[in-house]
Amino acid sequence: MSISIKTLPNPEHFVGHKACGGCGGSLIVRWVLKVLGEKTHVVIPAGCMSAVGFIYPQMALGVNAIISPFAATGAVLSGIAAVVRAKGLTDVPVVGFAGDGATADIGLQSLSGALDRREKIIYICYDNEAYMNTGIQKSGATPWGVRTTTSPRGFRPELDAPKKDLLRIAAAHGIPYAATASVGYANDLLKKIEKAGQVDGPSFLHIFAPCPTGWGCEADATVQLGKSVVDTGLWPLLEWESRQLTINRQPKKFAPLEEYLAGQGRYRNITEDEIAALEAVRDRNWRELRAWNIHSSVNPDFG
Amino acid sequence: MSVQFLSGNEAVAHGVRLSRPRVVAAYPITPQTVVVERLAEMVEDGDLAAEFVHVESEHSALALVMGSAAMGVRTFTATSSQGLLYMAECLYYTAGGRWPIVMMNANRALALPWNIYGDQSDSLALISSGWIQSYAETAQEALDLVIQSYAIAEDLRVRTPVLVNLDGFVLTHTYEPVDVPEQEQVDAFLPSPDFPVGYPGTFNQENPQSLAITAGPGDYTVFKFKQHQDMVAAAGPIREVDERFIQHFGRGVAGLTEGYQLDDAELVIVTLGSIAGTVRTVVDELRTEGVKAGLLRLRYLRPFPTAEVLAGLFGPQRSAKVAAIGILEKDISFGHQGTVSLEVKAALYEAATQGALPPAINFVAGLGGQEIGLADIRRFFTALAEAAQGQQKPLVQFLGMEHAQ
Repeated sequence: MSISIKTLPNPEHFVGHKACGGCGGSLIVRWVLKVLGEKTHVVIPAGCMSAVGFIYPQMALGVNAIISPFAATGAVLSGIAAVVRAKGLTDVPVVGFAGDGATADIGLQSLSGALDRREKIIYICYDNEAYMNTGIQKSGATPWGVRTTTSPRGFRPELDAPKKDLLRIAAAHGIPYAATASVGYANDLLKKIEKAGQVDGPSFLHIFAPCPTGWGCEADATVQLGKSVVDTGLWPLLEWESRQLTINRQPKKFAPLEEYLAGQGRYRNITEDEIAALEAVRDRNWRELRAWNIHSSVNPDFG
Repeated sequence: MSVQFLSGNEAVAHGVRLSRPRVVAAYPITPQTVVVERLAEMVEDGDLAAEFVHVESEHSALALVMGSAAMGVRTFTATSSQGLLYMAECLYYTAGGRWPIVMMNANRALALPWNIYGDQSDSLALISSGWIQSYAETAQEALDLVIQSYAIAEDLRVRTPVLVNLDGFVLTHTYEPVDVPEQEQVDAFLPSPDFPVGYPGTFNQENPQSLAITAGPGDYTVFKFKQHQDMVAAAGPIREVDERFIQHFGRGVAGLTEGYQLDDAELVIVTLGSIAGTVRTVVDELRTEGVKAGLLRLRYLRPFPTAEVLAGLFGPQRSAKVAAIGILEKDISFGHQGTVSLEVKAALYEAATQGALPPAINFVAGLGGQEIGLADIRRFFTALAEAAQGQQKPLVQFLGMEHAQ
């Protein structure tokens, strides 16, 4: 029986934490640990999940877990994986949960090293598109137009698509499995976690994780935003496996961007012209994705 | 035991091989490279059953072995200079997490200006990081310190990482005959490289652990106080390990300091690392000339051996008549004086109630690989003799900059 939200195991491994209501990141930690199970070893860098889960003496994780230095998620995962290898341990998933800042910015070097060495690790980036733990500052994964405390009028660089493309960065390392997912499409997400757990080598999951506190949205909007970001085409659900790209969900027609942007304070300043420009960038991204998809299907060695 | 002609770096590599770490991670930096090159060869040749991990930075090197230590195994890494400072965050982190990691540091100058040669400003910049710090005088001592460091670091009373320092090039690249113990001897001296289940600070398959936690203002102080207390108390286990090492291997030094001709010394140079050998030679020369010169070598700077320093300088009964003290180091804490001088003077304050203290001069020498010759050390002793006679002397003197001071 394949994994789904209905067959998700009951045991909880992340309870009693102090995450905000509607936190997408904590939902991902909870689901992932349900899928991977009690033998999982977890690395979480400095950030929201470590701040809410390890406050002495209340430990929220029911599995072996460690906070890593902010920049060192990949390295600490590798150190654990090295001992798993040395001791010939089996069925010990080694999984990291790092935010977008810890992944796309300060931890990119360490992630690259771990992927390059083909460490048997699962690296999960829960992407809430800014430095939330420090108070909503712009990160390398903050999208165009978003208000943060360090881009108070909205982040408007000359680049039309400033958000770092983590899937392509991971795929460029030639790892066996990389995927995007969203908390709004739970079954797709859970299947990808399960698949990542079975990969012999590194896997990378880039997961959309709304942050009501940082985004200025309702605490119960998390799952809905996680759906509409996919339906509007802003967050394609992808898998890169055996050097081949799969687009898991191909909307025939994208939902209007306003459906996603409305109800998020961080997009409050965005204009109609800017929304049109974001749509144009989205459409270009999809043309590129489809070309990548076709190209890698025809000739996987050059995917 | 076999005598081999080894450089300081190679001696360290043999010390590591014999200690059987399960994971070695390192990033290359001159003049540390030979250590990790030899270890890589040993792993490839099957002489060391370790995972050798090529990392992308020093920060990752230390973070990685921390992850392995959390899995309950012995680990090793090595670095130098810019690399040590690049991993600075991880030094405090691993010390706070109480992982018994051993790291070798090839003491080297810090940029700017760029300089690959030896001085001690790198490790001294991190003296407060919570790592035990030792300084080898010879390649033999470097090999021995590596083995001893694992015994010290993993002691349940200590559980503190150890940084073994070798002067860059002067010691790391200089060859000397070194007694290399047999594997069986070291196996009998050290515990298993796999820590027992339940060893503090390690994951547990039956009883999962959260490690490297967060603590608020009240609890934080408790953790830091315990860390400090255990570091202070580590002097005891260090001496025990030294004594056990001497019994087991038939060589070595007992104690965190080593004195030479101190019993009746009037002019004493306090120093650390390989320059102690040169000072010893000058002490011998001066003794033949009737000058009561002596040497106090600091083997460990953390924990700082205050009582040993005072006993070395003033005798166990505080009866010795030291007339002047020189502190010779390859470091300057800009705007004050050398770090070792500050440490030694802090210890001297403890003796101030016994009466007036002799003058103390900080000799800052050997920066960026500057050569320190026998004649230079003779001049230091001359300066001490003049200070002892009441002449006013600059309290911080840079070798080679006398004209400007």
